Amino acid sequence: MRSKRSTVWMIVASLLIVVYTLFPVVWIISLSFKRGDDINNQKFFPTHWSWDNYKTVFDTPLFTSALRNSIGIALISTFISVVLATLAAYAIARLDFPGKKLVLTAALAIAIFPAISIVTPLFNLWRIIGLYDTWPGLIIPYLSLTLPIAIWTLSAFFREIPWEMEQAAQVDGATTWQAFRKVIVPLAAPGVFTTAIIAFFIAWNDFVYGISLTSTDNARPVPAALAFFTGESQFQQPTAAISAAAVVVTIPVVILVLLFQRRIVAGLTNGAVKG
Amino acid sequence: VTATTTFAPQPEVAVPTGKPHLSDRARAERRLGWMLSAPAVIVMLAVTAYPIVNAVYLSLFNYRLTNPAGREFIGLKNYTVILTDGLWWGAVGTTLLITIVTVAVELVIGFAFALVMNKVIFGKGVVRTAILIPYAIITVVSAYAWYYAFASNSGFVNSWFNTDRDWFGQRWSSLFVICLSEIWKTTPFMSLLLLAGLAQVPEDMQEAAMVDGATWWQRMWRVTLPNMKGAIMVALLFRTLDAFRIFDNVFVMTQGANGTETVSLLAYRQTISRTEIGLGSAVSVLLFLCVVLICFIFIKGFRTDLSKVRGS
Repeated sequence: MRSKRSTVWMIVASLLIVVYTLFPVVWIISLSFKRGDDINNQKFFPTHWSWDNYKTVFDTPLFTSALRNSIGIALISTFISVVLATLAAYAIARLDFPGKKLVLTAALAIAIFPAISIVTPLFNLWRIIGLYDTWPGLIIPYLSLTLPIAIWTLSAFFREIPWEMEQAAQVDGATTWQAFRKVIVPLAAPGVFTTAIIAFFIAWNDFVYGISLTSTDNARPVPAALAFFTGESQFQQPTAAISAAAVVVTIPVVILVLLFQRRIVAGLTNGAVKG
Repeated sequence: VTATTTFAPQPEVAVPTGKPHLSDRARAERRLGWMLSAPAVIVMLAVTAYPIVNAVYLSLFNYRLTNPAGREFIGLKNYTVILTDGLWWGAVGTTLLITIVTVAVELVIGFAFALVMNKVIFGKGVVRTAILIPYAIITVVSAYAWYYAFASNSGFVNSWFNTDRDWFGQRWSSLFVICLSEIWKTTPFMSLLLLAGLAQVPEDMQEAAMVDGATWWQRMWRVTLPNMKGAIMVALLFRTLDAFRIFDNVFVMTQGANGTETVSLLAYRQTISRTEIGLGSAVSVLLFLCVVLICFIFIKGFRTDLSKVRGS
C-alpha cells in the first residue's frame, strides 16, 4: 500500500521535473514559430505556425557568421584543452611526482576565477598586440574556462581505469603499442569524449568574453551576436528572430544531451564529489 | 599565482620524508609527471595569472584607452574613488542579494530534485536527460526565454495572471525575473552534485534508523544530511562563486537599469563601454578579492573540505 502510494508520488514528482526543465524551452520554440501580429498576442502558442523566422535568421549574415565562429572557436578550444588535460590527467592518475596536488589545486582556483576580472587586461592587451576581434583572441581565454574542468573530470575518469590490464596484455605477448591501442585507448576514450562534451558546452555558453573581446562578425560568437540582433528591418522587433536563432543554437546541445545523457551525468558527478 | 596560494588551505605539496635516495626509475617517473603536466599548468597560468597581475598594475593608473598619452600613475586613487562611490556598494548589494536568493532557492529545489532522482524507478533516463537540458542551454538563451515570457508586449505571463505589470520597469520585479532565469538554468547542476552526495549516504545506516522506528524527517535530519554535509558545502561554494559573477542574465534583461547592476556588469561598463582601463581594472581586482573572500569564508568559516571535491 505504502510503496504503491510512494510510486505514484514519484511519478508525479518526475513529471513536475520534466515540466520544469522543458517549460521555457517549449515557450521559446513556440515563440520562434510566431509570425507578424502573433508575436504580441500574449498567448503561449502561435495561431499560425510559420518557418519565416528561421528563413530570416539564415539570411542574416550576422547570425550565420556567428554560428561559424562559435562552432570553430568552441571546437578548437575544446580540442586544445582536451589534449593538454589528457597529458596532465594521465600524469596525475598514474605517475608519482611531487606537485601533483598543486596542479589540481591550481586548476580548481582557476575554475572559480571570475572571467570579468581578466577581461579588462585582455581587452587592453589584445588591442595592443592585434588579437582583438580574432579567433585566437577568444580561443586563448576559453582555455581558462575549459582546461581546469577538463583536468578534474579526466583525472577522475583515469583513476578508474584498471591500468594493470596494459601489463597483462604485454605479458600475454602484445607489443607496447598493441597494448596501448587495444586495451588502454578503448578504456580511456569514453572519459576523454565526455570531457570534450562538457568542455564544449562551457565554450559554447560563454558570453562575457564574446561581447568584450569582439566588435564585428569577424569573431563574434552566437551568444554575443544574439544580444546585438535586430530584425529584418529597423522597424521590426527582433523578438521572433532572436527566438529562432536561440532555438537553432540550442538544438545541437540538446542532441548531445539526448545521445550521451548517462556519460555527461557521470562526468559531472563522478568526478565532482568524491565517492 | 595569488589564486593558487590563497586558495590552498594547507600546503599541499607532500614532501617525501625518509626517502632521501630516489631510484633512477622514480626519478624518471617524476620527470615524466612534470613534463606531462607542464603544458597544462603553463597555459592555465598564462591565461589567468598573468592577466590578473596585469590588472593589478593597470589599476594604479589613470588610463583611458582613447587617451593613451594622458596615462599617469595615481597609486591607489582608483580604489578610493570606487570604494567611496555609492555605485559600487549598490552593485555589491544587488550582487549579494541575487547570490543569496538564488543559491538558497537552488539548494531547496535542487535537493528535492536529487531526492526524486535518487528514488525514481520509472523513467530514470527521461528525468536525468530532462535535468541536463537547462544545464546545456546557453545562459543568454535562457535569459531571452524568460525575458520574452515576462515582457509586456510579447509575454504570456501578464495575460495568464491578468495584470499589466511592467516587469522590467522597476527594480524588484526585474530582479525577480533575473533570479528566476538564473535559478532555472543552474538548479540542475546543483541537483546533480547533491545526487552524488546522496549516493554516499550509507544504506545500512538508513535501514538501521528505519528499524529503530525513526520517521522520515528524523532520518533526513539525523542520517542523510549529516552524511552528505561535505557534498552540500562543496555544491554551495561552487554555486555561490558562480552566482556572484552573474552577468549574462542581467545584461540581456535590463543592462543594469533600475538598480539591477551587478559587480561584473559594473566592471564591463567601465572597461568596454567607457574604455576606462584603469578604473575598470580596479573594479576587476576588487571583484577578484570578493571571490577570494567568499572562498576563505567557506573554507575557514564553514569548514568546507575541498579534498572531498573531484577525485583528489
